[in-house]
Amino acid sequence: MDIHIDEIAKEFGKATALKPVTLSIPSGALVALLGPSGSGKTTLLRILGGLEFPTSGRVLFDGQDATGMSVQDRRAGFVFQSYALFRHMTVFDNIAYGLNARPRAKRPEKAEIARRVTKLLELIQLPDIGARYPSQLSGGQRQRVALARALAIEPRMLLLDEPFGALDAKVRKELRQGLRDIHDETGLTTVFVTHDQDEAMELADVVVVMSMGSIEQIGRPQDIRDRPATPFVRDFIAA
Amino acid sequence: MTRQSRLLPRLLIAIAVLSTLVMVVAPLFYIFAAAFAQGWRAYVQNIMDPLTLHAIWLTVLVALIVVPLNIVFGVAAAWLIARFRFPGRSLLVTAIEIPFSISPIIAGICYLLLYGRQGFLGPWLEAHDIQILFALPGIVLVTLFVTSPFVAREVLPLMQAQGSEQEEAAVTLGASGWQIFRRVTLPNIRWALLYGAVLCTARAVGEFGGVSVVSGSIRGQTNTLPLHVELLFNDLNVAGAFAAASTLTLIAVVTLLLKAVLEGRAR
Repeated sequence: MDIHIDEIAKEFGKATALKPVTLSIPSGALVALLGPSGSGKTTLLRILGGLEFPTSGRVLFDGQDATGMSVQDRRAGFVFQSYALFRHMTVFDNIAYGLNARPRAKRPEKAEIARRVTKLLELIQLPDIGARYPSQLSGGQRQRVALARALAIEPRMLLLDEPFGALDAKVRKELRQGLRDIHDETGLTTVFVTHDQDEAMELADVVVVMSMGSIEQIGRPQDIRDRPATPFVRDFIAA
Repeated sequence: MTRQSRLLPRLLIAIAVLSTLVMVVAPLFYIFAAAFAQGWRAYVQNIMDPLTLHAIWLTVLVALIVVPLNIVFGVAAAWLIARFRFPGRSLLVTAIEIPFSISPIIAGICYLLLYGRQGFLGPWLEAHDIQILFALPGIVLVTLFVTSPFVAREVLPLMQAQGSEQEEAAVTLGASGWQIFRRVTLPNIRWALLYGAVLCTARAVGEFGGVSVVSGSIRGQTNTLPLHVELLFNDLNVAGAFAAASTLTLIAVVTLLLKAVLEGRAR
């Protein structure tokens, strides 16, 4: 699914989180929103997911206006920075949550849900942890379970907020490759937020550099490295 | 370590133990000692007295009405305050605390002035043959007022600490509001909720001041257990008073044990 962000702005009271920004994301792309904290990248991601609504501007999914569409109808697989796993449920029930929450007519059979959860556990390469609780998992495992849970609803796009932010460097490198593989396998349009330029450059097809609620530059990692469009991008990349 | 520095902690511990014995343990023992002073048979007879049985039933009935209402109110208020920003929010936070800072007697008198025969709503109620004061509704209303903060005060800090990420995750997975509440919000707050309910029960059962103003203490009709203890005591029926008091004490002790267990589970 392709995403078009048309002059989206967001204010929280008197504070401006996003000045009008415009951005097109082609179907199947892996895009990084890169910037320091306060740059508006998470706000933009949350607007795509339907967790915030823009003060002005439009969001189009496959050319259709989706600005006022409810979170539930968007079917965006969202991975939260702290993973937000349901701590009183097993890993299996966490991943099955979105399928079990469907109205009866659209809900798959129990055996079908079990089959899909098993498949997702294999996809994240943790086939044996279904019966465990989130508190019994390492940070990297939790992150992968959160990803599997988001994929279980057969999302139209994948949105990740600082997906590797809380992990140590070694695990982070492994999971980067894991996300790249899952993206290539599912072909989902994927947007992730990061403040880590190495992560953005290594993983994304397209990097969107943001600062103070505006987009500074959009481009392939190589182009941004070679030809920074503004002094901010040059300084940020050099840091 | 000097002699003096060893002496001080021991002295403080001794004071703590002694004051607990004098102020908590001794009265507790004395209640049961006095209740059983004339033997088992007299005790059972005192408890089985129809007026005492009625008082026990009335107190349980009030708790059965008040506690579920407070659970609903407490969770709704905590959820509203923890999850939403709206005008008047801090006013609501303060309003929830009001019953803590107002003497229950004042609450009772307010109800008296509002619903009494000479009160604001009195004539209208009388014209429609609705009895609130000196009847069950009055007792329930005052008890509701006095106990209303308990559940909200337990649940609110927990909901604020947990944040709304799990609920947001559920909504992105397509869950409806009710599904989120039942399968995500409620399980996360269940121990704090039970803990608040236990505290609320203890207070509802033991409330004296506010209820004494609005109930009229009519024996066999509007006499709750704490009021009944006082009446028996004023009748110089000491054994009866202590027997009735022992049932209240028992409820309190069970509540405390439950509270200790729940506190353990909550962690």
